Amino acid sequence: MSQQKNINTLGRRAFLRNSSLAGGGLILGFSWLNSCKPKQVTEAAVMEMPEEWFEINAYLKIGENGVATIYCPNPEFGQGVMTSMPMLVAEELDIAWEKVMVEMAPYDADIYGRQFTGGSQGIRTRWEGLRTVGASAKQMLKEAAATQWGVPVSEISTADGVLTHDPTGNTLGYGEVAAAAMDVAVPEEVTLKSPKEFKIISNSKKNVEGKKIVTGKPMFGVDYQYEGALVAMAAHPPAFGLKLKSFDATQAKSMPGIVDVFQIKTYAEDYQRNFFDTNAFTELVVVVGKSTWEVMNAKKKLDVQWEPFSDYEYTVDRFGNKSQVKVPGGLESTDAHHAKMEEMAAKPGQVVRKDGDPESAFKNAAKVIERSYTCPFLAHNCMEPMNFFAHVTDDGAKLAGPLQAPLLIEGAIAASLGLPPEKVDIEMTRMGGGFGRRAYSHYAIEAGLISKKVKAPVKLVYSREDDMTFGIYRPSYQATYRAALDENNNLVAFHVKAGGIPETPIFADRFPAGAVDNYMAEQWEHNSNITIGAFRAPRSNFMAGVEQAFLDEVAELAGKDPISFRLELLDKAMTNPVGENNDYEADRLAGVLELVRDKSDWGTEKQGVFRGVAAYFCHNTYAAHVIDVVKGNDGNPRVENAVCAMDCGIVVNPDAAANMCEGGIVDGVGNAMYGGLTFRDGATQQDNFDKYRIIRHSEAPKNIEVHFVQNEIDPTGLGEPPFPPVMGALANALYKAEGRRLYNQPFIADKPPIVG
Amino acid sequence: MAKYTLNINGENHEVEADPSTPMLWVLRDHLNLVGTKYGCGIAQCGACTIHLEGTATRACMLTVASVGNQQITTIEGLSEEGDHPVQKAWLEVDVPQCGYCQAGQIMTAAALLDKNPNPTDNEIEMAMNGNICRCGTYTRIKKAVKLAASSK
Repeated sequence: MSQQKNINTLGRRAFLRNSSLAGGGLILGFSWLNSCKPKQVTEAAVMEMPEEWFEINAYLKIGENGVATIYCPNPEFGQGVMTSMPMLVAEELDIAWEKVMVEMAPYDADIYGRQFTGGSQGIRTRWEGLRTVGASAKQMLKEAAATQWGVPVSEISTADGVLTHDPTGNTLGYGEVAAAAMDVAVPEEVTLKSPKEFKIISNSKKNVEGKKIVTGKPMFGVDYQYEGALVAMAAHPPAFGLKLKSFDATQAKSMPGIVDVFQIKTYAEDYQRNFFDTNAFTELVVVVGKSTWEVMNAKKKLDVQWEPFSDYEYTVDRFGNKSQVKVPGGLESTDAHHAKMEEMAAKPGQVVRKDGDPESAFKNAAKVIERSYTCPFLAHNCMEPMNFFAHVTDDGAKLAGPLQAPLLIEGAIAASLGLPPEKVDIEMTRMGGGFGRRAYSHYAIEAGLISKKVKAPVKLVYSREDDMTFGIYRPSYQATYRAALDENNNLVAFHVKAGGIPETPIFADRFPAGAVDNYMAEQWEHNSNITIGAFRAPRSNFMAGVEQAFLDEVAELAGKDPISFRLELLDKAMTNPVGENNDYEADRLAGVLELVRDKSDWGTEKQGVFRGVAAYFCHNTYAAHVIDVVKGNDGNPRVENAVCAMDCGIVVNPDAAANMCEGGIVDGVGNAMYGGLTFRDGATQQDNFDKYRIIRHSEAPKNIEVHFVQNEIDPTGLGEPPFPPVMGALANALYKAEGRRLYNQPFIADKPPIVG
Repeated sequence: MAKYTLNINGENHEVEADPSTPMLWVLRDHLNLVGTKYGCGIAQCGACTIHLEGTATRACMLTVASVGNQQITTIEGLSEEGDHPVQKAWLEVDVPQCGYCQAGQIMTAAALLDKNPNPTDNEIEMAMNGNICRCGTYTRIKKAVKLAASSK
């Protein structure tokens, strides 16, 4: 069904022109054109260049020749929004995709709303708004054509950027009426297409930045070019629990190419930190010079004294709710963390959900099984290390670089630089990965402070070692599960107790809650001074894997097929759910399990192939994987094949969506097998890729198949959901291959080693 | 500081730099050829892969002083129009996600196919093993290398 949309519900400013984009007139704003050498501009490309652009709204301008530029509002870190979001606009605009060019929108939350990459919410939150933007522009073009022809607008149809007066067959290109359309009032209400009418949505379009990527064009923050820009690097404490005491810059300053060495304090004294201002090291020693290599060498010559700090607190503002963050002093270690996790797991936790009478059910059970699981801290290890460009003058600040959440840092930047927020201009560059790390962009403030101090444009660059040791990590978690079966092997009670350093990973209302009469979830937390934050599918990235590994063992104990066992539970959650707050739709979770079962030919045995299955719901999307492990000639297990079934509603860009799922599976296998950041005396024991193991070509699944449930439900996210259940499917397959269960990630650390 | 004449992408470039400066930073800071990426600085990730006399080489560990008159090719010089068979295959398979490591992946793949026009899966994995992709596009990279091999 097509839908009526009143644009006033979507924020009217998006439908007006954005004065910061040069609207109308002659604009040659093609970033790709500017970055090409003249000989690389083909005649065809020049022919396509409009001589004049007509800005219809903040997302869209149309050239007199019918070419359109669509602005992508959300920052791009590889999830493909620069392609998929303009597809939504183009669909309703009714323009041929070949006539669309894409640029990143400027950062202006008043106009573009939630310019945030995280939580797999991009497409879900932009689905109505961006289509309405396209539909509203189309309506304005139709009205302009109706006026020109002197006919009723209802007699005009559109397709592929052409307006047709149906009774006479007269046509006009969008470019021919774009100027007149700028004077048409923005419609109050528009009609959106039904999914059956889609021509662009659900038809795969290639990455609009593909050509730039494969030819090495400057696009990332670290590539940012600016006349006279200096390079800066910063020294931070070598361990969590330490702070700056003093430093001697004499030798560093005398090194070739060095402009200045000084200290910065990241936050202004009276600044109220928000919940994304996570930052362990707020006093840094900065080296500024003419080139990266000179600055790297001078930084090694810094003589800095660090000292331990005592417990302290600061206030954090979370959407207006203020709370105290307590930071304990001390130098922590992974060994001590493990001991603490065992201690906490043995004690009662805080009960966050209880259904029925789990105590009695466990007491009266025919069989009880209990298992415990752990995972380590993880570093995000974005391939592009943290960096930011800043040029701060008395009049204002221009910043550019990789960040997922400009809205959450602009206040801190303004406060630290002593400028009103409207004087701070942030440009969102393409990010070389993010995975959550770049939602915490303290490095943008640091760049601003450095530029202000040296009174010059500056690019702050983290070395790989800086990046890995100044992290906002995935926490270390622990979970203990118990299940009770009756004499007929029915699951009658389920108990999960989970905690972490420093936060709990638990989701009390997630499957199998709702499918078991007697259910209890408990949580605990143990504080730490190691900074943690969002990492691809926060908390789910542990809970999914261990819950699905545990259910595999419960199914085995019950003598049931792992998929049939889960479907039985989901049938109960559908027909006779326990509790009212269950956060998943049981039929959709069952749906991906059934799809992966059918597509993987589950149940057919193959010699030497060891299979595991897992399914999970998070970030509004359903995922199920079957993973096949084989043993290589060297005896090492390797993922031969992965089959994935997803339900994210309508799939906007199917091939790119499959790419995202493939990457999620590789990432899941990699982190479950190899990932891990350990600590001794507060310092990470890994600081580069020689010690921190990242999955490589020869360790990745050989084949990955991705299948989507076909439906017409409004789309949900895909960046995170494929990732968490991978660890469970892999653990279950490795059990078949190795004959023993793996309870602690990374799996290569298990004894005796499963990988030689 | 010393002066060097470097042959990069078929053209001579005059550069003044400390002899210990890695080619990675000469390319990026001195010559604005930023397609060659910094990832680790210790030859573990392959993001900085260039061709030195046609061989895939990590620019982060190659000092400017050691280059002499050897020919260097960077991603910017792999083809005039971005139409090297490997680049075309990368676009056809739509490999990249974030894209940061892909120039290095492409340079390693192009050097592999120059020496071994029809590599097996195992040979591709071994040749590409020094190039990390944090987004996990490995299965597509392998597909693209095979497509490039078949189209050469």
